[in-house]
Amino acid sequence: MHRVVITGAGTINALAEGVGATQAAMAAGRSGIGALQFSDVERLSVQIGAQIHGFAPEDRFELGKLALYDAFTQYALVAGAEAMAQAGLENAPDPARWGCIIGSAGGGHGTANDAYRAVYAQGKNRVHPLTVPKLMANAAPAHLAIRYHLQGPGFAVATACASSNHAIGLAFQMVRSGMVEGMLAGGAEAMLNFGGLKAWEGLRVMSPDGCRPFSADRNGMVQGEGAGVFVLETLEGALARGATPLAEIAGFAMNCDASDIVMPDQDSAARAIAGALSDAGMAPEEVGYINAHGTGTAANDRIETAAIRQVFGAVADHVAVSATKAMHGHCIGATGAVEMVACLMALRAGVIAPTINYSTPDPACDLDVVPNVARHVQVGAVLSNAFAFGGFNAVLALRAI
Amino acid sequence: MHDQVFAIIAQEAHRAPEELRAEMTLEELGLDSLGLVEVIFAIEERFDITVPFNANETAQEQFDITSVGAIVRAVEKLVAGDTPSAAVA
Repeated sequence: MHRVVITGAGTINALAEGVGATQAAMAAGRSGIGALQFSDVERLSVQIGAQIHGFAPEDRFELGKLALYDAFTQYALVAGAEAMAQAGLENAPDPARWGCIIGSAGGGHGTANDAYRAVYAQGKNRVHPLTVPKLMANAAPAHLAIRYHLQGPGFAVATACASSNHAIGLAFQMVRSGMVEGMLAGGAEAMLNFGGLKAWEGLRVMSPDGCRPFSADRNGMVQGEGAGVFVLETLEGALARGATPLAEIAGFAMNCDASDIVMPDQDSAARAIAGALSDAGMAPEEVGYINAHGTGTAANDRIETAAIRQVFGAVADHVAVSATKAMHGHCIGATGAVEMVACLMALRAGVIAPTINYSTPDPACDLDVVPNVARHVQVGAVLSNAFAFGGFNAVLALRAI
Repeated sequence: MHDQVFAIIAQEAHRAPEELRAEMTLEELGLDSLGLVEVIFAIEERFDITVPFNANETAQEQFDITSVGAIVRAVEKLVAGDTPSAAVA
């Protein structure tokens, strides 16, 4: 068994491009949520989201390659480049022993949306010839693999809102077991288009006016987009090549409610949290921060609170728990990866990102939710929760190094 | 309208419309949260209205779902145009 460390981190999301700028925005409690901008948005009942603005792909990628890059692939490549640069890697040191796993719920959703619009709404009889390789959900890990010569294991994970945590968790297990030397892992999502939001609208779980996790006046989730990508490798490999470990991934657990397709299950979520602690050999007392799934829906925040209390008991009153989705939105398949940026900030800078938009205590969400203002405190270990539609839970445990 | 709303709810609950009574709750009929959003979708399609419903609001002030009869009255109000902010669910 090898110790597994993160040596590079990258992100792009509605708050900012780059880990440093994103952490600065999180520390300041800034929100990236605003009016959505895309065609037909006026036909939606929910018109807000955490959308990336000002990103000009034609300035970032060669035009020939851009024809193959849906926005979710672009975001993954931007985040991957930042992570690899921080890790001090031009390419995989040993291509056959390095791989890539990227989580995404919708894959090339915008590409599918555009193609459907062309054939259904505009009556066209052909779509762009590269539509399939552009929209496939494994396009993001494929293009990262091509760019960095990652010839080991590679695939996409689709577990809705837990996709990123599954991707990072599986990569962690591969590195820990010695199956590979290193992995690029994270998530990417770009579902903010008319078709995507129209589908979400039907479920009646989105807020028309803002994301307020754990607050009694919360009324739903707000969609976001973006990517987070991390370089994972063995501790000995990182030290041997002079890389700086940012944090240690110490444990991971995943399970399934195997019950309702959308309603979370307290006992099952608690089992995932307890499983991650157990896998990491981590006592609840060691955990200084939990990045909650914290979607801002009535059901999630209440059930997640109960699950944390179930595992932590009286210790739960002394753990800071925040939901950063109020800032970067719910990035669905990318959300765990963007939230990992907040976890790294807690472990490395001792800054716990706040739960912004918090106004009214809810007795059913009575944790220390770090309301509205970031907190400076030394943190030795963190958990990152993800509880997805389908009942799939994935919890990561990290330690400072 | 009463009969049409009863028929929609009955279909989602896999019951015969005549088995439904106005005082019945959706819970009694075995309709969960997804069944409810399917009922609302069917009502919107049938009457060409927008139902202001958010699953996160415990008190559904704009669209009462406490019973089958309450839903009928809420639909009647919506069709009559009595709910001003119907488009902002």
